[in-house]
Amino acid sequence: MLDRAQVLHVARLARLELTEVELERMAAELSHVLEHIEKIRELDLDDVPPTSHVVDVVNVLRHDDPEPSLRRETALRPAPEPVDAGGFGVPSPAAA
Amino acid sequence: MTEYEPVIGLEIHVQLKTRTKMFCGCELSFGDSPNIHTCPVCLGLPGALPVVNERAIRFGMMIGLALGCEIAERSLFHRKNYFYPDLPKGYQISQYDVPLCRGGRLGDVRIHRVHLEEDAAKLNHLGASGRIHGSDRSWVDFNRGGTPLVEIVTEPDIHSPEQAREWLSLLRTTLKQIGVSDVNMEEGSLRCDANVSVRPAGSAVLGTKTELKNMNSFRFLERGVRAEIQRQIGLIEAGEAVVQETLHYDPVSGGITPLRSKEEAHDYRYFPEPDLVPLVATDAMLAAAREALPAELPAERAARFERELGLSAGRARDLAFRADLADYFERALAAGAADGGVDPVELSNWIPQLVERIGSDRDPAESNVAPESLAALATMVKAREVSRDAAREVLSRLVADGGDPRAIVAREGLGALSAEDDGLGELVDRAIASDPAAAEQVRAGNLKAIGPLVGYVMRETKGRADGATITRLIRERVRQAG
Amino acid sequence: MNELIELTAAAAAQRVRAREIDPAELFEAYRARAAADDLNAFTWVAPRAPAGEYPGDAPLAGVPLAVKDLFCTEGVPSQAGSRILEGYRPPYTATVVANLQRAGAPLLGKTNQDEFAMGSSNENSAYGPVLNPWDRARVPGGSSGGSAAAVAAGLAPWAIGTDTGGSIRQPAALCGIVGLKPTYGACSRFGMIAFASSLDQAGPLTRDVTDAALLLAHMVGRDRRDSTSLEFPEAIRVPRAEDLSGIRLGVPEELTGAGGGVEPGVRESFEATLARAEGLGASVEPCRLPHAPHALSAYYLIAPAEASANLARFDGVRYGLREDGEAGLVSMYSQTRSHGFGAEVKRRIMLGTYALSSGYYDAYYGTAQKVRTKIAEDFRTAFERFDFIVTPTSPWTAFALGAKTDDPLAMYLNDFCTVPMPLAGIPAISIPSGLSDGLPVGFQLAGPAFSENRLLDAAHALERAIGFDGSPARRSGESAARG
Ligand SMILES: [Zn+2]
Repeated sequence: MLDRAQVLHVARLARLELTEVELERMAAELSHVLEHIEKIRELDLDDVPPTSHVVDVVNVLRHDDPEPSLRRETALRPAPEPVDAGGFGVPSPAAA
Repeated sequence: MTEYEPVIGLEIHVQLKTRTKMFCGCELSFGDSPNIHTCPVCLGLPGALPVVNERAIRFGMMIGLALGCEIAERSLFHRKNYFYPDLPKGYQISQYDVPLCRGGRLGDVRIHRVHLEEDAAKLNHLGASGRIHGSDRSWVDFNRGGTPLVEIVTEPDIHSPEQAREWLSLLRTTLKQIGVSDVNMEEGSLRCDANVSVRPAGSAVLGTKTELKNMNSFRFLERGVRAEIQRQIGLIEAGEAVVQETLHYDPVSGGITPLRSKEEAHDYRYFPEPDLVPLVATDAMLAAAREALPAELPAERAARFERELGLSAGRARDLAFRADLADYFERALAAGAADGGVDPVELSNWIPQLVERIGSDRDPAESNVAPESLAALATMVKAREVSRDAAREVLSRLVADGGDPRAIVAREGLGALSAEDDGLGELVDRAIASDPAAAEQVRAGNLKAIGPLVGYVMRETKGRADGATITRLIRERVRQAG
Repeated sequence: MNELIELTAAAAAQRVRAREIDPAELFEAYRARAAADDLNAFTWVAPRAPAGEYPGDAPLAGVPLAVKDLFCTEGVPSQAGSRILEGYRPPYTATVVANLQRAGAPLLGKTNQDEFAMGSSNENSAYGPVLNPWDRARVPGGSSGGSAAAVAAGLAPWAIGTDTGGSIRQPAALCGIVGLKPTYGACSRFGMIAFASSLDQAGPLTRDVTDAALLLAHMVGRDRRDSTSLEFPEAIRVPRAEDLSGIRLGVPEELTGAGGGVEPGVRESFEATLARAEGLGASVEPCRLPHAPHALSAYYLIAPAEASANLARFDGVRYGLREDGEAGLVSMYSQTRSHGFGAEVKRRIMLGTYALSSGYYDAYYGTAQKVRTKIAEDFRTAFERFDFIVTPTSPWTAFALGAKTDDPLAMYLNDFCTVPMPLAGIPAISIPSGLSDGLPVGFQLAGPAFSENRLLDAAHALERAIGFDGSPARRSGESAARG
């Protein structure tokens, strides 16, 4: 059901790079799983509302009161590329 | 030659002036040292969960009410998925198909929707500094990440760059007055994108639109939109198609360039945010939002100025869309009323004069000119106690040193010369004598010829004489002479 | 065997409070066993007992706690079983863990799990698989496999895990212990590294039902940091019921019939348990959950979809693994994620991304949410006639390591009986109902939202009647500790 091009497209959206072998395998496995899942599309669900939350509450709000932030050292401790300016280094998005 | 009509819609992002971020308790900041306002939530640490800021919701509702929107009884937050270093969770929490507010109108532009979301962090570019290999570097400061944002989307009801600018100014004043944002374009608390298309005038079909991103001043908005309209007309005239794309306007070069998209394949995969529960606009919340609104918003104020004070629509808007001007105007009006009454239209004529002298960015309330002084000046002009030219001179002195206009007029002898003043009659005679040809033409009924004669008297009186009086005197004397 | 290890957690707590046991000694007894773990159940063990006074009068009395890796614990490795969080030590502690620590349960160690809780065998862990103490050639179930194995083998008195589609109940069943998935919202999710946010719930894995109640009592409660958490409407009580008189049990044909692929040995144990329940005064009748057979499909759309977004934050920018940082941004992202995530996680991210993608949302994710509505309705209808719905927890007993790793769908089918409950947000408990070929079988009871007290009572009565003996697994743990 899922072809190579679709798998590649989805992998790109998900920022995953798949090897040739993984790609083939993924297409086959996902197709197999989807084939099983497809059955729900046969149900008559026209007038059924979707459920995204099972908890029946609304308006859970927080007062606009400040709370302590992390110290910068703490925030940056696990950073793969801390920079001197006090930030998280990354490759520039503009670079190819 | 085909005439083209531009069709413009605006998308405005407004940073809300809450104390803390949209979904966590970190304080909002501007210009602070990097990454000192972060926590597990706004850094997108594993396991952290968002909780909605109550005040941000109230501010959102206030904006919706101020813009005459319908506030959704129930609205949802969604996740908008894309990867970018300034987006710590890999998705932005935003509203999608059930936003907080729909519909509405501000001035002559309809509002499509208003929704709440969180701001991205700040990505700073470092260049290739200090690295021998590898790509250019950037770095992320998460202080701004998670700031509450309201996105306002208009219908495509705007038809000129000037109108876009004027309307954005109205929106800015409105938001400022309701106190929900600093609405400072330079600091990024007000950001504007424009959807622009053109079509042959009279056509009902919309042309292909482009999205012009992030114009960070009113001037750049007007210029950018104008440049884009010209570009599109140029393409159409050359027989080329306008391509739907996102563009960047460079205010320095005036050029327009396509923007690299954040996700080459635009597929944001919106779905309801499972970490948050629905938002229901209760009567109590709506009442609180309504109560927090000022009694009168700029668009209503302009309408009142027009309706009750007889100001022209343009003048009414010029004043009302700048709250400081409108406030000053109304204070002067009140002072004038206490002083025996001032003509509102005459008074309103003097506000632009004042602005011109103090600089367009300044609040006249902070100038040397007290509102009652401006009212007194307008009253004197209306009563012809001082000529317009002399009044302009008085205003300049007020701006420079303050004081009472009546005292200045008296001290400087700037009061209008009356017709009974012999000196004035003598001056009129001299004017006629200096230009007999013009006098002859006036006598023959050519009133246009009177200009040089009036000008002569004005010059000689240094503007103190009233133009209407001079005209009357000239015509009398010319007739007598004939 | 150290006699301390033979005590249930509740019994140990009672002896500590009676000053018959020194809590430091108790901690050290377990710490030594956990440190010598050769089931690969632990990913980190506390180097020493926590400093300071033991809260002898605290309700949990210093009885040490094993915690699934995905709960954030300040300064202690918390990787959710993934390479992408290699070396990550969070700056804060999950609410549930903090609640339990405050109630007097010190952190003994972190337990192995399927990566990001995705799996039913604990074979998808970056730390390698966990072995089942009943048979070391077999899986302990998953994803809370480390917690289940540690409790079963007596390497920990009790543990917490998380359940998204069965990740507490299924490993509890396969390891012969008790596992409870509470009502959605009963326990805070703050600090739990998310798999599927609308389904994830923390819960206890314990030696018996009483221990489960005691631990749960200190886990529940509204947390202002989790918008979906709720105040539990009543206190969690120590279960005392000894019979099931007046209790109506419904047996859903859709889950227990031929479609579920229940093994004969499991079916036998299930039916024996139903007979026992009748003996205790319960009525047992068939019931209908018409949409339950579709729960698995809905689950395998909703959970991966949410996961695809939840796992987007692992991008090599702020923490964890980074690969290819010298190349461009896009390359850094995809290299980091491709190397950091295991095969199953990638599969689910792909599935979830696809289910949400433009043009497929309505057909997949949207449809799954509607099925979810129907499943919740089915349960509501069923609970008008029945107190609890009962099924085997897992259609199979523990299977051999590697037996299902090549067939994702077969692995997913393991969750057939456990996924409907989280989709409806209702609580369910698995208790050991006996052995089949020497391997434990789990019996599942599900009740309406916030029926935990009644559920625990019923499970307690059944547990007494069944009289399951878990000591063989603890002896296996003993040999582990010696080896
Ligand atoms: Zn924060």
